[in-house]
Amino acid sequence: MEKKRYERPVIASLNAGITNKFGTRNLNEPISHIDGASIKEITEQYGSPVFILSERKIRQLYRDAYRAFSTRYPKVQFAWSYKTNYLNAVCNVFHQEGSWAEVVSIFEYEKALANGVEGRHILFNGPEKTESDLRKAIEHESLIHIDHFDELYLLLEISESLKKRPRVAIRVNMDTGIYPMWDRFGFNYESGQAWDAINKIILTNKLDLVGLHCHIGTFMLSANAYAVAASKLADLALGIKLHHKQNIEYLDLGGGFASKNTLKGSFLPGADTIPSFDDYAEAICGTLLNAGFTRENLPMLILETGRALVDEAGFLASSVVANKRLSDGRKALVLDAGVNILFTSFWYEHKMTPVEPASHHTEASVVYGPLCMNIDVVRESVTLPPLRKNDLVLIHTVGAYNMTQWMQFIAMRPAVVMIDPEGKTHLLRRAEKTDDLNAMESMPEHLQSFSLA
Amino acid sequence: MKNELVIAVSGLNNTDNPGPGIPVIRALRDWKGKKVRIIGLSYDHLEPGLYLPNWVDKSYQVPYPSAGSDNLMLRLKYIHSVEGLDFIFPNFDAELFTYMKMAPELQSMGIHTFLPGLDQFEERHKYRLPEFGEKYQLAVPKSLSVNSLSEVPAALSQFEFPVVVKGKFYEAYIAYSMDQVHNYFHRIQAKWGLPVIFQQFIQGSEYNVVALGDGRGNTIGAVPMRKQYITDKGKAWAGITLDEPALIEMTRKLIAANQWRGGMELELIKDRNGQLYIVEINPRFPAWVYLAVAAGQNMPAAAVKLAFGEEVPPFEHYEVGKMFVRYSWDNIVNLSDFEKISTLGEL
Amino acid sequence: MNLRLKNNIAVSDSGFVFNPSTGDSFSINPVGIDIIQLLRASKSEHDIIEDLSERYDADTQTIEKDLYDFFTLLLQHQLAEKA
Repeated sequence: MEKKRYERPVIASLNAGITNKFGTRNLNEPISHIDGASIKEITEQYGSPVFILSERKIRQLYRDAYRAFSTRYPKVQFAWSYKTNYLNAVCNVFHQEGSWAEVVSIFEYEKALANGVEGRHILFNGPEKTESDLRKAIEHESLIHIDHFDELYLLLEISESLKKRPRVAIRVNMDTGIYPMWDRFGFNYESGQAWDAINKIILTNKLDLVGLHCHIGTFMLSANAYAVAASKLADLALGIKLHHKQNIEYLDLGGGFASKNTLKGSFLPGADTIPSFDDYAEAICGTLLNAGFTRENLPMLILETGRALVDEAGFLASSVVANKRLSDGRKALVLDAGVNILFTSFWYEHKMTPVEPASHHTEASVVYGPLCMNIDVVRESVTLPPLRKNDLVLIHTVGAYNMTQWMQFIAMRPAVVMIDPEGKTHLLRRAEKTDDLNAMESMPEHLQSFSLA
Repeated sequence: MKNELVIAVSGLNNTDNPGPGIPVIRALRDWKGKKVRIIGLSYDHLEPGLYLPNWVDKSYQVPYPSAGSDNLMLRLKYIHSVEGLDFIFPNFDAELFTYMKMAPELQSMGIHTFLPGLDQFEERHKYRLPEFGEKYQLAVPKSLSVNSLSEVPAALSQFEFPVVVKGKFYEAYIAYSMDQVHNYFHRIQAKWGLPVIFQQFIQGSEYNVVALGDGRGNTIGAVPMRKQYITDKGKAWAGITLDEPALIEMTRKLIAANQWRGGMELELIKDRNGQLYIVEINPRFPAWVYLAVAAGQNMPAAAVKLAFGEEVPPFEHYEVGKMFVRYSWDNIVNLSDFEKISTLGEL
Repeated sequence: MNLRLKNNIAVSDSGFVFNPSTGDSFSINPVGIDIIQLLRASKSEHDIIEDLSERYDADTQTIEKDLYDFFTLLLQHQLAEKA
């Protein structure tokens, strides 16, 4: 006789919320494949945990976003935000789709150049750019987004010594009704500081002011704030035209569009509440088209969207290390993936699904990572079917920031693979090894030996 | 419209802080010349309406809105395949957003709803009341959103004590001194986050209006009520309909201005000088909606008619001095019914 | 550890359990139902593990670990007592 599929015995109190299959139906529907590739086979080949990226999903997100903007505005250019995910293969998917590069350090700048992006298609943002960084960017004719007066004066000096006119934009911060206001980056609009910077650039006549840039916040749940930002940038551009008879070539509205993740403490899931690309596009494009530019002077619209274009394309497959029962009776699950590689679990309630078939019986569990640290909590409470040791769990919407903010702490960083549109798997970054890390260290002579009793 | 309608209703929590489900069902059952089959949608297996077979013909458990609209939609599709729903009446504040988002898809399946648009729904939030008042030229108590402790002194200088200190969504305290304001600010910030709202306290009497807008600026029904007795949860235990044209006037003005579609409840305060202020706009019928039906305005039935595109002339009269006194009743139920709803999700 | 199921505990086919002495009710999955029924038949821990491993595709170690956890919950919910 064939044996029945075993599932850990579960007993759930009916006084404490819904446990029947209808209340929580499909929340935990197992997902065994991504774009036709078996998650189990991927972990067998590349180890567990493992980050999995869907190339098809990245391209689909990009095309959705591009369509939303390009059907509303004639000149639209996306620039891939390297810090969101700078695995070279990910960057190149975006470059193949037509994205420029948006970088915030010389490390990212060099990555973009090495990926084959021409200097004039790189936007160089960020508060720290050293003199040598700036020289390099000027030589490659990149677009330098000035963050503060110290940088502006340094650029004036360099341009003189290089006898070149750097192409620059200024970053502007402003009140868009959003709290907190990101006034630490760029020049303030309301106080007139932005105008001071613009006047300085134009009157010294050593830099070409070609753009205006702003980036009003992150995970913005209000599309309307972008309308306010767009109208303030447009107002500056039109003012420059009026007072200095100069056209601004582009307005860069930055990034900050939310992804379909659920922020901690929010009642409704992110997928139901975040604005769509169409909502953001309507707010921005509608404002720019009505701002008062003539048809031929309409500036190019640049977007540096990162999170919303890659988050949903990323998954983290992880295995159950142990099942535990806490002293207060709560169920706890220990996974082999923790906050060291899933930084975003500090602010998101990441969706989790089992990989193997499961019944409708579920238990609320705390999900811990493998670190010997109390802060290593991946989810404070998530409803999952009973899982056994070594069962796989798929963590969703992890494509943004995790593969850049992850840290080598206690454990190694795992492999990252990408599934191509044909369902074939490619290794993008191999798992780290102890030797990789030891290779960077050196041992002083007198510490090389010891003997333990 | 068919002679027999299948209408799904949520909010069957007829507890001491009652949801509007059962009162709405009662209104629909009063609909003359129309047969209705009522499908209850429940979130919890102890919602009293589940165990009232005279009011609810069949019940289904549905996933919480927090589980996402995909899950709720899947469940509704199943229920629709069994029951053939014509209309859904969502009655919980927390589920309205999700239903508004799903409304076009539901409509394409032949399921009608009659809900406000997302913009109308969003702009009437408590913390957006000052903007709302300004936009539609309606009197609202002066209020300010405060985003940090350092803004408190400057904000307070614009108010006179006592000041109401409110959370973004819930909770409010009346503060009589700076110390109390600080205390409540911290308490609310810890629980509901920022901003914390300061609102001018208005001494006066509170009134409520239940109303129905047709989505084109017309007020189809409006009945004002004064609570005669309030429970410790702030809910009406008894109330009486009023003859007070100013309250209806204010309601009409609001509905005309923002083209409200669907049921609503307005909370208003009249100060000592007779000035009326809007304090809160609830985006659905209240639990006392049946008082309006008894007084002559069956707004829930009218809402269904409007959803089917029927011309509904505005109600012109209602009986003044109609009263309700709420009562509780220990319904005796079978354990097997509890077992059915909690293991099969249907009853 | 051997457990004795309280004698007024009943479990239905749908996995609904009502504890008449505390008023609590529970939902149990199929493996859990089997365990309750084996306990009702006064089977020992050892017998239960053996019985389950014959019927289900799991090794005895896994079943043993899970059984301990399930027993803890039955005790916590006052559905059973130590024999």
